[in-house]
Amino acid sequence: MTAKMTTPIAPERAPDWRALRKDFPILSLQVRGRPLIYLDNAATTQKPRAVLDALRDFYEQRNANVHRGVHELSNRATAAYEGARETAARFVNARQTGEIVFTRGATESINLVANTWGARRLQAGDVILLTEMEHHSNIVPWQLLAARTGARLAFLPVTGPEGLLDLSRLDEWLTSEVKLLAFTHVSNTLGTVNPASQLCSMARRKGIVTLVDAAQSTGHRPLDVQEIGCDFLAASGHKMCGPTGIGFLYGRMERLAEMPPWHGGGDMIESVDYHTSTWKQPPHKFEAGTPNIAGAAALAAALEYLDRLGRPAIAAHDAALAAHALEKMSGLGGLRILGPASGRAGVVSFLMDGIHAHDVVTMADHAGVALRGGHHCNQPLMKKLGIESTARASFYFYNTFEEVDRLVEVLREIRRYFSR
Amino acid sequence: MFDDLDDLYQQVILDHSRSPRNFGVLPGANGRAQGRNPLCGDNVTVFVKMDGDRIDDIRFEGTGCAIAKASASVMTAALKGKTRPEARVLFDHFHEMIKTGQARGEDLGKLSVFAGVHKFPSRVKCAMLCWHALAAALSGRNEPVTTE
Ligand SMILES: Cc1ncc(COP(=O)(O)O)c(C=O)c1O
Repeated sequence: MTAKMTTPIAPERAPDWRALRKDFPILSLQVRGRPLIYLDNAATTQKPRAVLDALRDFYEQRNANVHRGVHELSNRATAAYEGARETAARFVNARQTGEIVFTRGATESINLVANTWGARRLQAGDVILLTEMEHHSNIVPWQLLAARTGARLAFLPVTGPEGLLDLSRLDEWLTSEVKLLAFTHVSNTLGTVNPASQLCSMARRKGIVTLVDAAQSTGHRPLDVQEIGCDFLAASGHKMCGPTGIGFLYGRMERLAEMPPWHGGGDMIESVDYHTSTWKQPPHKFEAGTPNIAGAAALAAALEYLDRLGRPAIAAHDAALAAHALEKMSGLGGLRILGPASGRAGVVSFLMDGIHAHDVVTMADHAGVALRGGHHCNQPLMKKLGIESTARASFYFYNTFEEVDRLVEVLREIRRYFSR
Repeated sequence: MFDDLDDLYQQVILDHSRSPRNFGVLPGANGRAQGRNPLCGDNVTVFVKMDGDRIDDIRFEGTGCAIAKASASVMTAALKGKTRPEARVLFDHFHEMIKTGQARGEDLGKLSVFAGVHKFPSRVKCAMLCWHALAAALSGRNEPVTTE
């Protein structure tokens, strides 16, 4: 069902990106008297009308609790929620709908795995293999788990100015102590796209369980969990046009079935006595309490919206914007761009000689351009690269080449202003 | 394009950020403390050499934005030779000015170039970072302080 990563996009089949900006009410805002140029999509994306309508529609037409009522509204709410699970399963090509667990986002998805699968399967002496480019949310949960279990963390190195994973000695890294390999699909700082299927198939051959942090990739490129061959995949709704507070974990059913519950409460139980309880089957076992029902319904609307545009087309547009930015920015001089020269996602982190990222971002903001400055929740990677912070422009399909040109013009003005 | 930023990036501030005064480790320092801004990863270490109650010498080291760097540079220049109580009064007056834009007392001198920072709430922390480190260094608390 899902298109393969390599599918070329015939230009005549690409959506009219500029026209669909009108689907996003916020994109017509003025900020400080200037049209908003929103280039902070790696932090969170904007929401199309279809998603906002789905939220409202849920509360106006279906709002009730799920899985418990006999009344009509409860049936509608349950249908919306479980329908969203089917949509998410199709979106990542899971084998079964039950392999999708709704969470608050990528961070909670990773914590769920650490606290259930990790707590059950890991022990002293085991190694959790991460990479040097992980977001804090794919480091800290494993540190907490390591402290509890006596397992140890190891990090696949990032090499060179290009910021690629060094896979030349991957085989040696995948020792018999390694029980889990967890890595980001797309780096939110470097824009690197890691070869997820290659990493997972190598690990799988050695019996190592894999987790892909797909926060930056799920809504940006074709993604198929069966093709990747991962055991777990963490996805974030708000980074792909969905609302905040909703995301999901894909878990291979074999894995979910061997995991103890995490949060206890209503909805995840089969029966409860004063002293003991039994659990539902996955995924419900991992969804204690009233879930974010409206959020799930709106997330489904986001996924449907993205699939109407087509993820191959979105990936191609992201990449074209990044390539355009790289080309234009390298013409500025006195500017260092992190990450790969080609084949990157729509994320461009950069440093301007003699001007701190915080100042770049403040000034860009005053010109109507929203960038992010800082360590991007990547402190260990920044330390390794010997920098404290970068400015970052990150794109999505509603960004235009003119906006990238405007960014470059603003950067030129910043340089002029700062050397006055 | 950036006219409305002139209050923040005054010429004096840009000058100090480009060539900070009193920059570097202070040999023989008998007080020091690091200030960190966890949000942006900035950090400033302030070194003081006290002669009794008087700041005989003061320097700073670290990385940060133009505001953080210039603030530390101007602060160290203003504090050399001051006593502990005088430094405390300056801290209070500077802090108040950064928050309200109003300078109390006549003693701020060159420090008043930072008055415009109050219009940029997200940058108040940058200007205060070195001052928090200074307060920790003067009180003999040698552990890092953060702006959070
Ligand atoms: C690579 C990566 N992983 C995880 C996260 C966290 O995602 P969420 O906000 O859904 O918890 C982010 C978002 O900042 C990210 O960029």
